[in-house]
Parts: sequence; structure tokens; C-alpha cells
Amino acid sequence: MRDTQLSVFLENRPGRLAHLLQVLSAAQVNLRALSVADSADFGVVRLIVSDTQAALRALQEAGLVAVTTTVLRAEIPDVPGGMLHGIVEPLAEAGVNIEYTYAYSERPSERAVVVLKVDDLEKAEKVLEQRAGG
Amino acid sequence: MIWDVPHETMSRADLQALQLQRLQAQVARVYEKVPFYRQKLMEQGLTPQAIRSYEDLYKLPFTYKRDFRDNYPLGLTAVPKEQIVRLHASSGTTGKPTVVAYTAGDIDTWSEVMARTLTAAGVTKHDVVHNAYGYGLFTGGLGFHYGAERVGAMVIPMSGGATKRQIMLLQDLGSTVLCCTPSYALFLAETALEMGVDLRESSLRVGIFGAEPWTQRMRAEIESKLGLKAIDIYGLSEVIGPGVSVECEYQAGLHIFEDHFLAEVVDPATGEPLPYGTRGELVFTTLTKEALPVIRYRTGDITSLNAEPCACGRTLVRMEKISGRTDDMLIVRGINVFPSQIETVLLQVEGVQPHYQIIVDRQRTLDDLEVWVEVSEEVFADDIRGLQALEGRIRDELRNMLGIAARVKLVEPKSIQRSEGKAKRVIDRREVYGS
Repeated sequence: MRDTQLSVFLENRPGRLAHLLQVLSAAQVNLRALSVADSADFGVVRLIVSDTQAALRALQEAGLVAVTTTVLRAEIPDVPGGMLHGIVEPLAEAGVNIEYTYAYSERPSERAVVVLKVDDLEKAEKVLEQRAGG
Repeated sequence: MIWDVPHETMSRADLQALQLQRLQAQVARVYEKVPFYRQKLMEQGLTPQAIRSYEDLYKLPFTYKRDFRDNYPLGLTAVPKEQIVRLHASSGTTGKPTVVAYTAGDIDTWSEVMARTLTAAGVTKHDVVHNAYGYGLFTGGLGFHYGAERVGAMVIPMSGGATKRQIMLLQDLGSTVLCCTPSYALFLAETALEMGVDLRESSLRVGIFGAEPWTQRMRAEIESKLGLKAIDIYGLSEVIGPGVSVECEYQAGLHIFEDHFLAEVVDPATGEPLPYGTRGELVFTTLTKEALPVIRYRTGDITSLNAEPCACGRTLVRMEKISGRTDDMLIVRGINVFPSQIETVLLQVEGVQPHYQIIVDRQRTLDDLEVWVEVSEEVFADDIRGLQALEGRIRDELRNMLGIAARVKLVEPKSIQRSEGKAKRVIDRREVYGS
């Protein structure tokens, strides 16, 4: 299934991530998952949150550059090989490229949640649906 | 519209005759009243009688910014203190400010040239003038104020700062004319948007911007964000303040009020006068100033002059928009770099804001040029690669324009300090001038 992810531009220096999290905390937004990608001078923080629109508003009001992106959200069993067999292999076979991915587990369930940005969202979605169904 | 038709449209021959007559009187006066000028003329073996023709101007020695510093605060004045009614001072970046003095006659002249300036920009007594130039020692605020009153317009003496209040009053009072620095105009538009106000829907129809360098691209941005016609003006406190030159409705250069301010362009290195159309350093001799006359003052501003008749009817010479400063010019790895060139590049890259900071540093022996650019939502789309591509594009464009490599650093929006006066674009961390 699809999910909406927030991406925020931050300068790569101490205190900026703290600032971002303070803004979200003040807006009563809860984090589900967070990933940071960085270059030498800047970073892009990607977030899955409890209320995307509220978070987006709060970040823009705080003067941060934030955009939303549609990503793929897939659940896999939280066991060895779960990510490999459940997601990465089938997508590779189908020729879908994963641009980036990060994962989190939802307790107390036995499953892990994987967030994926792929080059072909529809195709990837179908592949993973078939896999889950079959 | 022309405020002073006789003086602004007189034939070039009549104008030169008037200039020569005023120049002769001015040189005689400074020779008699200002020891600094008397000594400089004597060193050249000159007396006031040596000025017989217009070309004799070129015999006169130059005056420099440092001469104001050396004669701080009032050593260059040509009248006794009791005749001085006003002082202004320009912000010195280092050390003491430059102090300038005015007699009552000078204030009258200044009001007249500012009335000409505002009229050229299309301002009449029916206008409401929002004056956000700083009131105080800076010449901008009071210079515009007196000119606007002379025209008969209604003046709102806002001065700088308290931006949200400015936006409220601008709307409530129905201001039609905005006077401020170009960077502050953009700051006003930005702040207005944050408040949910679109200044394009205000009554503003013309803006008169100066006191700092700006480019044609910045003009286009101001015009589109504020919904007004942006007019460029030029002036400097050593000469009088604002009111030295202004664009007319044809916006094909800035007409210099030559009956008061005699303009030349010289080679910055040799001081040789340059012909019309050739770019060099702008030099002024005041012809009517009483308290603080200047002879061949080197402005440090780079421009060229054009004496062709203008469609507006003025015969006054036009200077092109200032394209740089002889002293703001950065020399990086031996290459001359003007901040305006960097601004031009940034404004050409889609989605990039004209807010930037130039940082020059020296790593061991090699100069390092870094340009900080603010990221906006227009250019950000979740991926690192896109931003790196943007950095690369700006880097390539800068290399094309400047001829040297610059590093580009993307920074968060609004992290570069907004100035409410003159924008500080360059931070030079090299210790190249110290001991």
C-alpha cells in the first residue's frame, strides 16, 4: 500500500535535526519512522508521521523547506530473510529499482514495516501485492 | 514629467557654459576657504585662474574617500560653522564615518534635485509616498522626505524596520510610491506574503530604489512581486545624498543633474578621462554645493556615460546602471570578481532566490570562493541527487561567468541574514590587507 512521506531539507550542522524535532513535538506530531540521508553540506530527513498535513504546516510555518512524497509501505514478517524474500528479491526480479528504503517494527506485532521509494511505484505495488496474495 | 524644464532640457552648449562658469567660481571658493584644496592646487602649481576652458577640469587633482577620513570630521567644509544647518554621515565599514555638512542653501538645492528625481519617476502631489529609507544620519530618509514634500506629495516618514507595521500602514494609507533599498523591497514582499498579504493588490504603482547595487534581474523580481514599476536612483553623501541621478520613464540610463554635479568617467588605474560609452570610474565635481564642495571626487562606482538626447526630452547625460565598485571588487586567485556577477548567475537559475552570501577565504595560499544559496520549495523534491545537480548547475554557471571555480553551498531558507538597510553580500575572511 501507499503512504505519504515528509521530506525536509536541513543544513548538515549540529542543532538542525533537534530544531526539526522540536517543531514536530510542539505540533503534537508523533513520529513512526525517520531516516537521514546526507551530502557534505546538507541532509534530507524523511519521516513517516501520525499527521502528515499538521506536520507539513508546522514545518512550513517554522520556515523549513518540506515536501511530501508518495512511497510504498510494505509489511513483512520480522524474521531473518524477511526483507530479502518479501521485498528485495521480487522487486529485483521484476526490474524495479529501489532508490532508498528504511524500516521500522510495529510492536507488539510480529511484523516489520518497510518504507520504499522505487522508480516504478505501480509495478512495485503489484509485485508485492501478488507476493502477499500468493 | 520634468520638474525643472529650463535646467533639465537646456542645450549641451549652454549647459557646458553654465558648468564652466560654476566650476570657475567653485574652484576659486575652495582655493580661498579650504586649506586642503589650496594645498593640493598649489602642489600642482595651479591657481583658480588656470581654469579657462572646460578641458582645464582635467588639470585638477582628484579627491578620495580617504581625504574625508584624514580631515574628519569637518576639515573639508568651506563655510563657517554657524552657516551649517545639518550634518549627515555615511556608515563607515571600518573606523570613523564620513561626515557631510549642508547650509540652508544646500538643503534647498537638495530638495530641488530630489523633486526632479521624484518627478522623473512619475511622482506628483497626488501621490502617497511610503518612505522606508532610514531617517537619521543616513541621507536616504531625509533626502527623499524633503524632495517628496517639495513635489507636494503626502509623505509617510516610515524609516526602516518594524516591517509588519509598515505593511499594515502601506495598505491602510493607500501608499502609491515606495522608497527604500531594493533588498528591503524584496524583504517587504516576503514578509507580506507570510502575513497573507499580496502587495501586488496594493495601491503601489512605482518604487524608487537605490543606495545599494542591484541587477536588472532583481528589478524584474521586485516588479513582479510588488506589482510596481521599479525606478533606479543614484546618489552618494559625499556629493549630496540621493538626487544625483535618476531614470526617466524610458529607463535607458540615469540622468545626472549636471548643472549641479559635473560628471566624468576615468580609468580607475591611471585616472585618465575616458570617452562617452567607455566603462570606468565615475568622478564628480560639485558645482553649487556651499558647505562641502568636492573637486573630482572618485566615487569608486563603475559606469559609463551617454550624452545622446533622450526620448524624455532631457539633455542631461545618462549613466548606465552601476555595474560594480572599484573597491568592492574582489580579487580572487588574481581574477576580478564583482558580487553583481554572482547575483546575475543566481537569478538565471530557475527557482533560486536572490538571497546569497559570498565567502572568500584563504586556505594556506589558495583563495577559496564559496557562495551560499538558499533552497526553496521550488527546487526541493525529496532527493539528494536533485539538489546536488542544482549545486552543480550553479557551480558551472558561476565558472562560466567568473572564469574561476566557486564552491556552492545550499542553505536553509531565511538562514542568510536579511538586511533592512544595505545588504552585506560579501564576507572576506582573508587577511590580505593587514600586516
